[in-house]
Amino acid sequence: MTQSLAITKLSDLANPTRFLALAARVLPWMGTVTAVLFAIGLYLSFATEGDYQQGQTVRIMYVHVPAAWLSMMCYSVMALSAIGTLVWRHPLADVSHRAAAPLGAAFTLIALATGSLWGRPMWGTWWVWDARLTSVFVLFLMYLGLIALNRAMDDPSKAARVSAVLILVGFVNIPIIKFSVDWWNTLHQPASVIRLDGPTIDGEFLWPLLVMAIAFTLLFFTLHIAAMRNEIWRRRVAAQRRLAARAAGREA
Amino acid sequence: MTHTFYIALSYALTALVALCLIAWVWLDGRARRGELAELEASGIRRRSSQPRDDADQSDKP
Repeated sequence: MTQSLAITKLSDLANPTRFLALAARVLPWMGTVTAVLFAIGLYLSFATEGDYQQGQTVRIMYVHVPAAWLSMMCYSVMALSAIGTLVWRHPLADVSHRAAAPLGAAFTLIALATGSLWGRPMWGTWWVWDARLTSVFVLFLMYLGLIALNRAMDDPSKAARVSAVLILVGFVNIPIIKFSVDWWNTLHQPASVIRLDGPTIDGEFLWPLLVMAIAFTLLFFTLHIAAMRNEIWRRRVAAQRRLAARAAGREA
Repeated sequence: MTHTFYIALSYALTALVALCLIAWVWLDGRARRGELAELEASGIRRRSSQPRDDADQSDKP
């Protein structure tokens, strides 16, 4: 019963017009909640104590960790959409992974740059080619490759199918990024927030981190829905221009 | 360089990238909406939003 309800809801959304109506309704609310959460998160990021070892640089964690988490979540959303394109031929699935790629690239860039800025004072180096850093850099290159591939092809449905295959092949990198800190010796410590025995991080740092993580996640979904809406509009403009050109051709 | 420099630069860079993303999505949306309005003004509409004469006739007994 629940499953059939979920499937009905999903197929309702397959209608782009219905999606646009839903987007118009939810976007102002999502934008407002995101802004409020960022205000609280930024306040907590600077109002809480510094670390006894890292000092004030621990505050870089509140932007670095959420951006890194989103760089992987965005790719997972794209992988789910890729399955939607290849298996269910959901009309919005290719719109979804096409719209998400630039967002993923931007969050990965934030994670790489802030990580480097945190690494210099704490590790004594801007960059090393260890497993975690290299695999995240590969993720960044994959995002750029997918954006380039989508832009190189004129036919959006063909571009969607080719990118969907590439996204699913590239998904192997996500568990590598996640477990690189356990499998190899890296400058990063093993997982300290999402663990079976609970977070090992003190509440003083955990709260701002969680609020900022939720704010970043909501920012991603707000931008993703807005970018999907833009992509639907772009396709409608292209389709209507084609129709107009055909009509003009018949008249001539 | 002090730690404040690294912290300030991290937050500034994050804000810059996030604001660029927001601006890009907003401007892209505005441009597409403008194009759709322009097409509509020149009389080009989606087939689904064109008036359906046959539907009116089918309603008649």
